[in-house]
Amino acid sequence: MTPRARRGVNVLMSWLAALAAGLVVLPLLMIFAFLLWQGASAVNLDFFTHLPKPVGEVGGGMANAIVGTLMLLALAAVLGLPVGILGGLYLAESRDRRLPWLARFLADVLNGVPSIVIGIFAYSVIVLPMRRFSALAGAFALAVIMLPIVVRTSEELVRLVPASLREAALALGIPQWKVLLRVVLPTARAGIITGVMVAIARVAGETAPLLFTAFGNRFWHQGLDQPIAALPLQIFAYAIAPYDDWHRQAWAGALVLIGLVFVVSFAARLATSGRFTGVR
Amino acid sequence: MADGIVVRDLNAWFGNAHVLHGIGVTIAPKAVTAVIGPSGCGKSTFIRCLNRMHEVVPGARVTGSVRVEGLDVYAPGIDPVQVRRKIGMVFQKPNPFPTMSVFDNVVAGLRLGGVRERSVIDEAAERALRQAALWDEVKDQLGKSGVSLSGGQQQRVCIARALAVEPEVLLMDEPCSALDPIATAKIEELILELRSTLTIVIVTHNMQQAARVSESTGFFLLGELVEFDVTRQLFTNPRDKRTEDYITGRFG
Amino acid sequence: MAVVAAVPRVEAQAAPRNLGDQVLRLVLRAAALTLVLLVLAMVVSMVRASWPAMRAFGWRFLATSTWDPVAEQFGAIPFVYGTLLSSLLALLIAVPLGIGAAIYLAELAPAWIRPPIAFLVELVAAVPSVIYGLWGIFVLAPLLRVWVQPALGKTLGFLPLFQGPPYGVGMLAAGIILAIMVVPYITAVSREVLLAVPTSQREAALALGATRWETTRIAVLRYGRSGLVGAILLGLGRALGETMAVTMVIGNRPEVAVSLFAPGYTMASVVANEFAEATSDLYLAALIEIGLLLFVVTVIVNALARLLVWSVGGPVKAVRE
Repeated sequence: MTPRARRGVNVLMSWLAALAAGLVVLPLLMIFAFLLWQGASAVNLDFFTHLPKPVGEVGGGMANAIVGTLMLLALAAVLGLPVGILGGLYLAESRDRRLPWLARFLADVLNGVPSIVIGIFAYSVIVLPMRRFSALAGAFALAVIMLPIVVRTSEELVRLVPASLREAALALGIPQWKVLLRVVLPTARAGIITGVMVAIARVAGETAPLLFTAFGNRFWHQGLDQPIAALPLQIFAYAIAPYDDWHRQAWAGALVLIGLVFVVSFAARLATSGRFTGVR
Repeated sequence: MADGIVVRDLNAWFGNAHVLHGIGVTIAPKAVTAVIGPSGCGKSTFIRCLNRMHEVVPGARVTGSVRVEGLDVYAPGIDPVQVRRKIGMVFQKPNPFPTMSVFDNVVAGLRLGGVRERSVIDEAAERALRQAALWDEVKDQLGKSGVSLSGGQQQRVCIARALAVEPEVLLMDEPCSALDPIATAKIEELILELRSTLTIVIVTHNMQQAARVSESTGFFLLGELVEFDVTRQLFTNPRDKRTEDYITGRFG
Repeated sequence: MAVVAAVPRVEAQAAPRNLGDQVLRLVLRAAALTLVLLVLAMVVSMVRASWPAMRAFGWRFLATSTWDPVAEQFGAIPFVYGTLLSSLLALLIAVPLGIGAAIYLAELAPAWIRPPIAFLVELVAAVPSVIYGLWGIFVLAPLLRVWVQPALGKTLGFLPLFQGPPYGVGMLAAGIILAIMVVPYITAVSREVLLAVPTSQREAALALGATRWETTRIAVLRYGRSGLVGAILLGLGRALGETMAVTMVIGNRPEVAVSLFAPGYTMASVVANEFAEATSDLYLAALIEIGLLLFVVTVIVNALARLLVWSVGGPVKAVRE
């Protein structure tokens, strides 16, 4: 090949690679544009404050589903975060021989398990014994999905805390447990919060594991042991129904859901930029 | 026609850090020139400017002019790729391509250049390996992976790889710093053999090495070329106080 | 325990450690154990719940294609076929795009453009599955039905792959949606792999007079190839288990059809669609067995993928899905 041809190939491949990158992000832009176009008109005050109307009546909102999703997320966080953060701390700090390796491996395995399978698990350990679909079962499924993400980010962030800081505290005669809880954890806090938010953003849109755990509900929920509505479930139900008004509401719900996910993701990103100034 | 390397008013930056200040020097053709100085003095940056490898680092910038064997390296319209084909380079740590055999490593540059004839490639590989004093050691294992050899052999594979495209200039950036004394001695022997055919610039942190292999030596400090002279002159009778301090071990 | 309690002082001298340390140690270990037990419980509960189906059908479950809840005959072939075909189709589209985009982001793009594009790629991965499904139903499927499928039928219709009426929804739509969804994972992990290739490799090629692309080809891609295979496998793991979007566009018919225009069904979608309505114990057990199968396959694929990705740059920070 002549030098000229080689330069040509170089330019061509650069453009092809740029084209590939463009095609990867193109669907995002298309989906976002479509959500705005189709959904924005249906996002109004009613949408946030009203219950769904029965079939045939126009209007109504998804207030119950929005509240339901927030409740499921809060409950999942309560169930999953303590175990996740402490587990991460264990992976970073422990000098045990086999358990850390096993736990790390299983966390990665769990991260790759399809969320629908985790739904089946939640069904068999909570729905079957309780004999009913419930908010608790849905939140449990979401907590299991969050767990590996929280464990691995916490571990990573705790490892970033400089050993010198730890040694300085230990040298002052402070017992190890206090050093961990009062020095190491707070130093890694910003990063751990990022991990938590990434985990919440990931599960906020989960639908499959809620299908037969939280199940959905057209009304306000009656308690944690009862079925509960969730935004993704409602979007799914409305999307596959044959009514135009419901389709509009599905688009609106999708717009709200994606807004929620993106806001949390952006917030996580901001917290991350704080992490590097905080820790380094 | 050989006119060596002519550097005029060369400045280099990493981001905002000004790492080379107005370097001007003329390096003789078909001879070995050593570049010495304490770490962080800009000596590596200097030779990376000669074949436009400096600009590979994000945020790096160069001004001034460099002429290598008549080619104006920084002239507008000059493709760095074209420059690097004329100038071979060997790095601190041996970096053979691990997924290629010894043979494929040596002829990688030729193949990039579009050479396809088997006989030409075979011949060039043998010549380069002989030049690198490696042929007898590896001729029976040309198909083995480049990283299966010892560190010193790997570095000589890299030298052979640079020589296979018949460059006019060979830049060596502390080529022995990762090697043991025996391997180092082999490389030095090799440099002495090559000097009649090539212009060689070698960066080293080892003053004895500079004294052993080079005809001329430049001493860098804090991004400036403090002194440039015939090697024996520079080591026995330096003109600059700072050079004297350095070679007598008073700092750095 | 009793022995330790009997000689408290000796113990205290041998390991001078206070109560707080011991409590914290126990708590942390308990948290890690919870994770382990959770995975164990997952396996046990699913095996137990699917036991009736395993006993009733044995290996036949994997070798028959009848799915008849009324007659209580269950065979998984249509779902396994649909899962494999849709995932394969997705990889066919996603692998070149993902690796191309990773090459752009790690090697060829101007430095200032890399962070914003990498962030956009992250966002593509953050869009919930159900929203991809919604878009698939109302935008992608009509697009396929009106434009793409007729065109494909006209030009490539001699191939059995592109025959039959254009429904829009079906295997092709599922493959495309899956491709869109897994491509950000392949891109992100591939990019990490490429960035883990040592600079010295790039410099070796550049100093030989290689162009940027040639450097990528001979030094970077070859060095990172096992990690790239790992990235592809991670994408495959995602595709195999992806549920909602596929359920919404694949057509949900338990048949084995050659044509990409025909509706199909996947393992994940049959569980999603039929689980809450499964009336008999055997039906439920059959669905859970499909879930178990999916679990086993994705665990194997993911474990393999991690090992390959780690082989390039050490435990590369996994993209946080």
